[in-house]
Amino acid sequence: MTRRRTAGVVSGTVAIVLSAVVFLVPFAFIVLTASKNRAESALREFSLPTEWAVWENLVAVVQARDYMLMAAFVNSTILTVASVTIMVVLAAMVGYVMQRRPSRLTPWLNALVLAGLIIPPAVVPTIWVLQGLGLFRTLHGLVLIEVAYGLSFCVLLFRAFVATIPRELDEAAVIDGAGPVRLFFRVVFPLLRSVVWTAVIVQSVAVFNDFQNPLYFLPGDSNATVQLTLYNFRSQYTTQWNLLFMDILLITIPPLIMYAFFNRQIVAGLTTGAIKG
Amino acid sequence: MTTTALPAPPRERRRGHRSHRSHYPLWFYLPAGAVYGVLFIVPTVASFYFAFTRWNMSGTEFIGLENFALFFSEPYLFQGLVNTFVYGLLTSGLKVVLGMLLAVFLTSQIIARGYLRSVVFFPTLVSTVGVGITFTVLLDPGDGLVNQALAAVGIAGPGWLTDPDLALISVAFVDVWKGVGLATLIYIAGVVAIPQEYFEAAEVDGASGFQRLRHITLPLLRPATATVIVLSLIGGLRSFDLIWAMTQGGPGFTSDVVASVIFKQYQAGFWGLSSAGNVVLFLLVAALMVPLYWKLNRKEVER
Amino acid sequence: MLTTPLRRAAAGAAALAAGLATLTGCSTGGGDEGTLNILIDNSEATGQLMQALADAYTEAHPDVEIELELRPGGSEGDNIVKTRLQTGDMPDLFFYNSGSLLQALAPDQTLVDLAGESYMDAVTDTFKDGVRAGDALYGVPVGHAVGGGVLYDLAAYEELGLEVPTTWDAFMANNRAILDAGNAAPVIQTYGTESAWTSQLFILADNYNVLAAEPDWAEAYTANEAHFADTPAAAAGFEHLQEVAEAGYLNEDFASLTYAEGLAALAAGEGVHYPMLTTALTEIEATDPEALDGVGFFALPGTDPANAGLTTWLPGGLYLPQSNEDPGPAQDFLAFVASTEGCDAQTAGASVIGPYFIDGCTVPEDVPPAVAQLQTYFDAGLTAPALEFLSPVKGPALEQITVEVGSGIRSAADAAALYDEDVKKQAQQLGLEGW
Repeated sequence: MTRRRTAGVVSGTVAIVLSAVVFLVPFAFIVLTASKNRAESALREFSLPTEWAVWENLVAVVQARDYMLMAAFVNSTILTVASVTIMVVLAAMVGYVMQRRPSRLTPWLNALVLAGLIIPPAVVPTIWVLQGLGLFRTLHGLVLIEVAYGLSFCVLLFRAFVATIPRELDEAAVIDGAGPVRLFFRVVFPLLRSVVWTAVIVQSVAVFNDFQNPLYFLPGDSNATVQLTLYNFRSQYTTQWNLLFMDILLITIPPLIMYAFFNRQIVAGLTTGAIKG
Repeated sequence: MTTTALPAPPRERRRGHRSHRSHYPLWFYLPAGAVYGVLFIVPTVASFYFAFTRWNMSGTEFIGLENFALFFSEPYLFQGLVNTFVYGLLTSGLKVVLGMLLAVFLTSQIIARGYLRSVVFFPTLVSTVGVGITFTVLLDPGDGLVNQALAAVGIAGPGWLTDPDLALISVAFVDVWKGVGLATLIYIAGVVAIPQEYFEAAEVDGASGFQRLRHITLPLLRPATATVIVLSLIGGLRSFDLIWAMTQGGPGFTSDVVASVIFKQYQAGFWGLSSAGNVVLFLLVAALMVPLYWKLNRKEVER
Repeated sequence: MLTTPLRRAAAGAAALAAGLATLTGCSTGGGDEGTLNILIDNSEATGQLMQALADAYTEAHPDVEIELELRPGGSEGDNIVKTRLQTGDMPDLFFYNSGSLLQALAPDQTLVDLAGESYMDAVTDTFKDGVRAGDALYGVPVGHAVGGGVLYDLAAYEELGLEVPTTWDAFMANNRAILDAGNAAPVIQTYGTESAWTSQLFILADNYNVLAAEPDWAEAYTANEAHFADTPAAAAGFEHLQEVAEAGYLNEDFASLTYAEGLAALAAGEGVHYPMLTTALTEIEATDPEALDGVGFFALPGTDPANAGLTTWLPGGLYLPQSNEDPGPAQDFLAFVASTEGCDAQTAGASVIGPYFIDGCTVPEDVPPAVAQLQTYFDAGLTAPALEFLSPVKGPALEQITVEVGSGIRSAADAAALYDEDVKKQAQQLGLEGW
């Protein structure tokens, strides 16, 4: 036991040093650039700022275009929470039935799932559909778009992991008198916990960081999402690098906090040892 | 939708399992299918029709296969194809291998596990634009940090993003840097799902750490591996956002992939032509993925 | 091809969505009463000009509110403009390029013809040519005339005793002298992140010289009768780029330098010539105002010293989309922009980098040296529009091709032929006759 402990300390230490070089140096670059004044940041060098302008940059980014960033945080949060919740539940239902009930339909469904991963969305026809439904330029329209585009990934993930849950468990629940809905939501879904959180994290990051879809399907400054605020500091000709990186830093913090929080949930799956064949 | 490349449906008797199946109701497909069908499938089918038209601001005009002919005569298509495969295989291969190693490592008894997991996943959280700009600076041939570090030990670093032979490979490595956290996360979920009893039993039998890895962890990670392979390979074959942020397909056309060729057509307003390109790319990726997907799933069933 | 349950599902979703639609109501285009929404690109120059116009207008009309909505620039921005026009989702007005980019919007189907409006009388004919399709006129100019040529370091020229070149050979001789002096790179090129477009100047800014040699070039090119590869005067641009690259005149870090860094290198004296549009002067003023006094400008030289003229670009314009159901307020704002009050507002709130395109508008006396030099070409009548204002045909891949030439990956002759292919593709996609 002690030998394993020592090995853990040694390899952990090595990993910390290695990760510092590989992952933290780029991060440090972002922080340093965000702390410089405009002229110095334009040189894009890896160096300490001669004068620290953290606060000025922070204020400038937050106040830019009438506090657009604040509105964007609200919009992005609503968008992310709503779309990821819907997406994960719907996809889990599909992945579960697909795995448990192979039939003539399955290859077709597989093809549809793969198509969703492979084919890039067609912007203009999608706007036509949204306009026809009266959902264009609305937040719930965009929520449904994100759900549609994220489904394939989640279905794939759930389908693969439902396979690790023994069927005997379903049968036991059925014998206990559980109906299909109860079987899924009370028995199977909780067992998928670590995958659910994986899907939640991955898709939250994807939706929160999405900028193509809000740009086309929810145009307008008042509807901005966080990634669109990057355009406030970056154009084809000029870029205010210090403010751009401050913005990047600010909009990366919420997902980071969320990840740190949900990461515990995945680990929790380990300790509860939910899956006992 | 293409059907030709699809595997034959598995032979199973419907009737015999009837009672069994009612616990897995088909209506579970409905809500997801509704959203997906209306907002993804319908527009996609429409755009496939537009692949056969000249489609610009003035409207659409049916021109048969002209767009496809034009697409295949793109001077950089062949190089783009080669680049697509290089990029897809390189990124997905590295993500699978590194992701699995990292996941095993990050679920073992080490210090600072939470910190390390967060650090590995951190790049996934940063926007592609941020990653692109950051690495463009770090990989600058003259005063980029990478080449300065190399110079400190007496090596003259190459133009990572400006050398036509290197640009694509450099971007691929940055892609792995950014994406390996996701692969790791899926693998961690897979490792976590392995029942502890297996390890306990193996320990009682006196199996070494390596043996446990070889005979328990790796085989039981198969669903996770299948997922990571499918996701990262598809991602590698059709994504170009990082390429776009870092080199825009350059210098010249040397780091163009098929998806960025299509994107440039789309941005130029050649909507019909880019729709045709998307159909071609879809068929191409599907031709690769469907057999692979089928194979991966079969193994899973056999298990 | 949907399977039965999926088809049922789709029907269900449509019904559900229709229900939601009745709750939210349909909102496309337009805006609140008294609010004028204008879509503009996110460049510093456009922002300054439009903000100045909006402020001056709302001061005179306190009941009107103007909201500027930003979009990205470049080809991404082109695409957004097209998408929003195509889906009828354009705000009350929008700012966009004139010339071939405007023509690609199918203005006869998407924009309101302004030819009959009385305020158009004040707009100069030169600008009208850039927003004309048939008899219709679609835009009102915002901003100043732009020249394409060479920005240069005045101090270096003085130090080395150089004169502004009026022929290509004289330009190359200057480059040699600068290289021999050894203090700075003769020619700045910037092919770094998102800056590949800067490589096109050798070709685009050479149009005055092409037209001087081939007066019918633009018409013949549009009609698919003349091409870059088979017109020596037109191919010269590609050859010039190859010459400066092969002679070792480029800055060492050309492959990774960005546009902003290129301007900084010019200001810092690290490079002497930077082929560029004069819109760069706005950027220099925004980042390093003092550097502006050290920068000069001359047209890209050709063969005839007596006919050393300038290739010019028209500024962008404001356009009224047909989807605007209540165009009254927008028309009133356009009338203001097309008046001397409009120019005065722009002069007060933004950098003045060239003459206006509104009759009666004047430019202040004390302009930076480069702007004064730009003005001399207009005063002498030695100007010709860039090709994109004479022809709707413009290939999208020119910047990649010129990067290849400047980087030594492709020869000039090859490049001209490849660009002709690119042009052909664009003309076919536009459905032009004769292609």
